Formats: sequence, C-alpha cells, structure tokens
Amino acid sequence: MATRTLYDKLWDDHVVRTEADGTALLYIDRHLVHEVTSPQAFEGLRLAGRGLWRTNSILAVPDHNVPTTKQHRGNGTAGIEDPVAKIQIETLNQNCEDFAVEEFLMDDIRQGIVHVIGPEQGATLPGMTVVCGDSHTSTHGAFGALAHGIGTSEVEHVMATQCLIQKKMKNMRVSVQGKVGAGVTAKDIVLAIIGEIGTAGGTGCAIEFAGEAIRDLSIEGRMTVCNMAIEAGARAGMIAVDQTTIDYIEGRPFAPKGEEWSLAVEAWQHLVSDEGAEFDQEVCLDASKIEPQVTWGTSPEMVLPISATVPNPSDESDAVKSSGIQAALDYMGLTAGESIDTISVDKIFIGSCTNSRIEDMREAAQIAKGQTVASNIKLAMVVPGSGLVKQQAEEEGLDKIFIDAGFEWREPGCSMCLAMNADRLESGERCASTSNRNFEGRQGQGGRTHLVSPAMAAAAAIKGHFTDIRDLS
Amino acid sequence: MEKFTIHKGLLVPLDRSNIDTDAIIPKQYLKSVKKSGFGPTLFDDWRYKKAGEPGMDHSQREINQDFVLNQAQYQGASVLIARENFGCGSSREHAVWALTDYGIRSIIAPSYADIFFNNSFKNGLLPVVLGEDIVDQLFKEIDDGYELTIDLEQQKVITPSGEAFAFEVDAFKKHCMLNGLDDIGLTLQHADDIRAYEVKRKQEAPWLMA
Repeated sequence: MATRTLYDKLWDDHVVRTEADGTALLYIDRHLVHEVTSPQAFEGLRLAGRGLWRTNSILAVPDHNVPTTKQHRGNGTAGIEDPVAKIQIETLNQNCEDFAVEEFLMDDIRQGIVHVIGPEQGATLPGMTVVCGDSHTSTHGAFGALAHGIGTSEVEHVMATQCLIQKKMKNMRVSVQGKVGAGVTAKDIVLAIIGEIGTAGGTGCAIEFAGEAIRDLSIEGRMTVCNMAIEAGARAGMIAVDQTTIDYIEGRPFAPKGEEWSLAVEAWQHLVSDEGAEFDQEVCLDASKIEPQVTWGTSPEMVLPISATVPNPSDESDAVKSSGIQAALDYMGLTAGESIDTISVDKIFIGSCTNSRIEDMREAAQIAKGQTVASNIKLAMVVPGSGLVKQQAEEEGLDKIFIDAGFEWREPGCSMCLAMNADRLESGERCASTSNRNFEGRQGQGGRTHLVSPAMAAAAAIKGHFTDIRDLS
Repeated sequence: MEKFTIHKGLLVPLDRSNIDTDAIIPKQYLKSVKKSGFGPTLFDDWRYKKAGEPGMDHSQREINQDFVLNQAQYQGASVLIARENFGCGSSREHAVWALTDYGIRSIIAPSYADIFFNNSFKNGLLPVVLGEDIVDQLFKEIDDGYELTIDLEQQKVITPSGEAFAFEVDAFKKHCMLNGLDDIGLTLQHADDIRAYEVKRKQEAPWLMA
C-alpha cells in the first residue's frame, strides 16, 4: 500500500461512502456537546421528528456560560444571575434529559471546559473522529484523533446520522525541529507557528504537528498546540500517537479496559504518518529560535517575541496590510516602536481550553510562588479547566500559592476567554490572557487582549507589565 | 433551507480582512436558544456606539454613522463584499444566522475560513470566492445603487456594466443550494451504509463502538 499520512489513515478509517466528486460521509465516533451551539440542533431534531443515531457517542457539559465565582456555584443553575444564560444551560439539561444524553451537570466535579473534560475522561481516544460545535475541538487531535469544530447545522446532522458530509482536506505538516530553550512553552511554539504561517495559513488543511520539540511536549502541551490549529485556519490539528499518548489515557474512566485495552494500544501504534508519506504543504521551524511570545494586535498572527518592539505600519508595503496594522494599533492603544516588555496590563486571565490544565496551573504557580500581584493589576484570575483539575491543583497546594500572591482562584468554565459570563474586560482595559483569540471585543467590548503562555501571564501579573520570564530568577 | 438560484441585490463594501465571527455577532447574543432575531445585532460592536445586551430594543440604540452598514446608500443591501479570510475564528453558526436575518443573501471575498464557509451553505447564504484583483476592482467600482447579480446556476457574478466573473462552487453544495435541500434527509437515504460501517467497525475497533 502507498505511504499515508496520519490524516490519510484517520480519514480512510472513517469513510462510510464516497460520491464520484469526492464528497464523503465521514463517520463520527465522539460528539461533545455544550450549551451554546446545541439548542437549535436539538430543536431541529424535534421539529423533524428525528432521534439521535447513537446516543452513547455524545457527552455533554455546560461550560461557556457558567459563572466561575464560588457564591454562584454549588446549587445547580440557581446561582446564575443572567436569566438568558440560565435558560440556555437549563435548555441543555432538559435536552440531555429528553434525549437520554450523558451530561456532567454544573455541580459535578467532572464538569469543566468541553475540551478539557473529553481527554480527562478518556472520552477522546486515538484513532477517533471527534466533533463539537466549537472551533477549538482541534484540541483533541493531540491524541492522534481527527477532531474539528462544526457549526450547529452539522451538530444536528451528526446527531441524526452519526456522519458529517465532507471533502478531504489537504495534508500539511508543521515540523518544529530541535529543542526549545528554557522558559519556552507549548503556547509559545504554537503562537510562533501562527506568526509564521498566518491566520489563514492552514485554511483547507489538516495540520500534523511534528518534530522533536512537539514530541518533547507533554499531552497537555500537545493539546495547547492542536487547540490553536484553528487560529492558523486549520479545522483540524493532530499529533502522532506515542508512549506519552498511551500513558495519559490508561485507566481513564471512558478508556478501554482489559483485553480491549491491549487491542486498542496495538491498533494505536499505527497512528503515525508513514515514512516518506507526502504532504501537500510542509513548514519547518527551528525550536531554538522561538522566544516567549506576546500578541500585540487583533489577530493571533499579530504576534512577536517578548524582546521585540511594536511594528510600524509604514514598514509594510502592502496597503491593505499596512492599514490593518494601523487599525490594530489604534484599537490596542499602542504606538509603533514601543518595546513589548514595557506594555503594562490591567487584568490577568489564566484559563481557557488552551491553557487551563494541571500543567498550566503548575507553570503559572511556579512564577507566582512567594510573589505579589503588582498594584496596577485590577484583577488576576486563575480559572482551572475542570473540577478535577481544580481538585488536583488544590491537592498540590497551587490554589494557596495563587491566593497568597493576590490571584483569584475560580470555579471551572470558559470564563473570560470569550466573556459570555460575568468575567470580562471593560472598554480600554488591557489583559494578559492565556486564551486563544485577541479579536476586537473578544473579552469584552473595547477590551484589549494580549495572548501569552501561563508563565508569561503570571509574570505580567507580578511585574504589572509584560516581562521576559527567562530574566526572572 | 431557502433556495438560492439567482439573486440581484445592492452591494455593501466592508473593506477589512480577517473579519471574525466575534465581530459578526458578539458573544452576548449567543445565549439565545433560537435561530432567528440576530439581524439587529449583526456587527454589533461596529454598528452601535455602545455595547448592547440581549433583550434590548436595538432600534433605540445610538448608531455609529461611520460604519458602512449604517450609511444611507447601503440600506437594503443584500450582498456584502470583504477581504480575505472572512468568517475566521469561532464556529458559531449564529454569525450566518445574523447575516441572513439582516437580509444578506451572498458574500463576496477572496477567501473564507472553513467552518464559516460550510455553515453558510447550510443556511442558503452563498459565499462566492473571487480573485483578489477582481475583489479589488469591485471595491473600486462601487457607486450609488451598485447592484450585483449572482447567478448560482451559471456560476457567475455580473456587474451593473454587464461584466461577468465566473466562480467555482462545489457541485454537491451547489445542488443543495439550488434546490433548498435538507442534507440530513439526503444522508439518511444512506442509512444502510452507515449501519454496515458500524458492524465492520465494531469488529475492527470494538472499543470505539462500546
């Protein structure tokens, strides 16, 4: 058989049928559901008198709208002050009850961000196709799965048919060669990749992340990288299976057990691109050249190393791009030529499906330990990705480190990544955020977002401005 | 789904690249459990002076006169033209629902983000891809009452002067749009194939079918 990429193998394993023009029905193994993009899909099923094709493929959890303050949690949806948000979560609860879908309710310790809990539970497995009505579903590709975000019409389609109508994407490989320096994290790697290929660099592609620096990452780090594949335009990002993958999954509640475990592990060994497999596009980065990254603009591709200065629109010859830079500087309240490490911030957000796993908590706590949040910081919040992440962090004493330093230690949810709940920026406020999007208004109308790693966010909290964590003793 | 065959409508220029779905419909409106009513909050942060909230009477809010959608000559526009990578970011189909609820039937841009592009076809909103030079030409030509004809059957965009630009479209997506087809119904015609796949898969990888 001809050599195949990891994506080719995942695709081939899931094609139910293909039409002459290449349009295929792709079988979906795991469907993750949350409150924001599912109500219209459930309603569509009801209106058409349709049921779920395979109920046990679905796992649901409320995450986008949930409050993250202790006083608003612990009593089901009763503590949600926003009546519209409350209705949406109650609608999810009702839909899951009506359609017999497994849901982790707000009070369940297993509740959390959908892209954190799937892997945590072993509900995401190598070789699976995973979908969710959320663009950051690409996260699950870290397990050698084909995972991508879908719209609500497609959510309904998967619910009713267990399939997606798709054409095969192109194969793209991004290799990060060599080793990263101290203080450079998975977040910095993926931001550097986006800076290199641009926000549309992976459009129409499934990206496989490869190379020594990727293989060196923990599963948490790999999830951070795959999470932001969509910020490079690729619906799906993925990383080949290795022992790190298998070790992470073993013993998780939804993972196969006993004889099935052995069979699965054997099958998963093949979830790598064959030697010599051809990619439509190849990009290589030198890991040793990657510095801690900070976004300065209103698109994730507007990113620079911490040692850089804010760009000057007049240095850009393309008129459309130049005006884009100017518009971003105006919105962000920055001046061309300003050193990035002198930009002071108002708020700190450590959380989101990009960076809210235990390793992220540890990385930030290491910087915060024994320090105090700077006096100009109005709010520094740490929002763990799930109840179980929170519990583990507390067992390790990380909550105490954060609280002693002046951070708020919150309940799990999407929180200020997209500010659907009460956690948000006021107009003009500047935030060092470990989330994934620095779009205008993303964290609150007029809010100014700079994307960074958890360590860089914690350091900004301590210093009151961006700082190179490699300089901290 | 509403059919799309041929549409003639006023063109509104939104001269930006990387227009993300957060800009098309801000997060606070995603709390709705409905598919309708998003039109008044399309491009909310750009269209109004102050942030809005769900449940407001949007007709009473102070509008931003500088924003192109608020300008007199573009009232009633049903075709929107923008720069590359339109619809990037969040998968929210609410972005498409906001555009269609406002009255937009077709978009013209050099490129789109994948999820938005797919979502559009599911809702009778036709995203047309034209080359950057053509998009640039159209931006320059736009004048009072500039109407484009978008002919899906012929795969052509026709300007007021009669100049026609051909565009590519996936054959299956075109078929569904022209006929307003519900693709769930189409897929369920292959229910036997799906069941056969499941039987085979249960043997190959039983842990996936538990």
